[in-house]
Amino acid sequence: MFQFIVRRLIQLIPVLLGVTILVFSLMHLSPGNPAHIIAGENAPASTVEQIENRLGLNDPIITQYFRFVKDAALLDFGNSWRTSLPVSSELWPKFWVTFELSIYSTIFSIFLGLFAGIISAVRQYSFADISIMLVALFGLSMPNFWLGLMLMQWFSIQLGWLPPTGWGTPQQIILPVITLGTMGAAVIARMTRSSMLDVISQDYIRTARAKGLKEKVVIYRHALKNALIPVVTVVGLQFGSLLAGSVLTESVFAINGMGKLIVDRILARDFPVVQASVLIIAVVFVFVNLIVDISYKFLNKRIKLD
Amino acid sequence: MSEEIILDIKDLKTSFELDDFEVKAVDGVSFKLPKGKTIGIVGESGSGKSITALSILRLLEKPGRIKGGEINFKGEDLTKMSDKRIRDIRGNEISMIFQEPMTSLNPVYTVGQQIRETLKVHQGLGKESGTKKGVELLKLVGIPSPEQRINQYPHELSGGMRQRVMIAMALACNPDLLIADEPTTALDVTIQAQILELINDLQKDLGMSVLMITHDMGVVAETCDYVAVMYGGKVVEYQDVKSLFKNPKHPYTVGLLNSIPRHDIDVEELEPIKGNVPNASEMPKGCRFAPRCPFATDLCVEELPTLDEQSDGGEVRCWIYTDRWNGDPEVKVNAKERTT
Repeated sequence: MFQFIVRRLIQLIPVLLGVTILVFSLMHLSPGNPAHIIAGENAPASTVEQIENRLGLNDPIITQYFRFVKDAALLDFGNSWRTSLPVSSELWPKFWVTFELSIYSTIFSIFLGLFAGIISAVRQYSFADISIMLVALFGLSMPNFWLGLMLMQWFSIQLGWLPPTGWGTPQQIILPVITLGTMGAAVIARMTRSSMLDVISQDYIRTARAKGLKEKVVIYRHALKNALIPVVTVVGLQFGSLLAGSVLTESVFAINGMGKLIVDRILARDFPVVQASVLIIAVVFVFVNLIVDISYKFLNKRIKLD
Repeated sequence: MSEEIILDIKDLKTSFELDDFEVKAVDGVSFKLPKGKTIGIVGESGSGKSITALSILRLLEKPGRIKGGEINFKGEDLTKMSDKRIRDIRGNEISMIFQEPMTSLNPVYTVGQQIRETLKVHQGLGKESGTKKGVELLKLVGIPSPEQRINQYPHELSGGMRQRVMIAMALACNPDLLIADEPTTALDVTIQAQILELINDLQKDLGMSVLMITHDMGVVAETCDYVAVMYGGKVVEYQDVKSLFKNPKHPYTVGLLNSIPRHDIDVEELEPIKGNVPNASEMPKGCRFAPRCPFATDLCVEELPTLDEQSDGGEVRCWIYTDRWNGDPEVKVNAKERTT
């Protein structure tokens, strides 16, 4: 187990290097001279040259790349071209907001999705099953900014129960989390249902019943643990896409998160911030998938981790 | 019979109900099992023998349902008791082992966890005492180095070992009745013999009654005291095992016996029973076996015979043994001469 984790961590190095190459190329392939962008359109040539020298833009590209990697490893992403503030001081607070939003949404998706999926599977073709699957289909097909607006309309404007915007207080968290987590919950519910149905018809479930176990124990101890592997995979992928895809939800609820930051800075051609954001999302995504792989082993000892 | 009857099934009917039709998988099955004895339920695939077994513990999958009849176990009707009471009986007073040892154990729990579970539910044993009892049980079913095996996962064991684990699990609470649903079908021949021997020995030592479901006449000969031959959801013949082999009555029983290889006489060619088991949704209205029976007359096709007691104590469901038989009066339904 320990060996496996170490090996996987070592395997992460090439993956992360690949990500840095992509991110680095992003800046250098995009048209325009960064120094011009920083200096402004009408700046004299001497100013531009000064900035080029300060940023080392005239160094060989390889040197620039290694400088970028070295700095990134120390979490130093340079200064924003727009605000001249260090990227990390701009990024971290926003990253945490989006990270929190993604974590809460994932937890919401897992609980709602598992619960709905299990009920659906245990009572296959019942009214409850059909209703849950219809709602799940709805949740899957509905754009989440629309869901966000509708929730805001009902719960904030008409009923006045919850604040329509912002992030921080528990009341502010509820609507964005539902908005962002609904699609995940729908995916997890459908995945759980099909996986549980597959497991419930297995011989060992009959064995468990023949031992005189309560139906609850049969379902939650014997069936669920076997059904969980595909679900965990989906959860891992969901989390990554939430992290990168929260921009619409953040816009609707005026949350000052990383999604919004990335879009703003792409439009403003503020590449250091964009680079750093993409890099961080990639790193988190890779680690989440590592956690997913490790959890396989806990769910099923038969899985060989190499 | 003066012996104590542990299991008394009367006119059991189990059906699978689909939207517009009903499949009568078990259609009026009755038999008795004396305490400490083994009864074999024999028949081809689709004869309803496994459904009978699953009905006893009420383990039928939807849309299967017991439609009628009684299953009396130690004086209580299993078909009518509460879900809680039947759970208390499952794995405790009646245990079951299944055909597929490879898939009958949960792959994500160790052998020990799975055995302890039964002990905890029925006897309230904790982890330590449960493990101790578990090791004893594994030793009892002949698993070498049980202290190590108990912490292993099913995929680390061979098919024969897994079936032994299943048996150990089934025996955990000293059941009065063990239902074995084709326990050796999925195993190698050498392992089959070992498992049958194990069941036989344990039965003698523990005084269990056994209900052995099989399609294999060899297994019957080796393990059973009584035999109920099933065909098309009905019992067609019920005999003690010696009479069955010596003097089989129903043409279907004879067919089964003739279709297995013999080493005591020279048989040029095995005689399979021609045709297939009828589909449970389109049963013949007369004798279920009539379309495949070499002796069938119009009477057999038109009317279903009853299961009647014979002068020698056995029971058979066949017109040949009744006054109404109108075919060849000299008909001799017999298996090839047996020396054993």
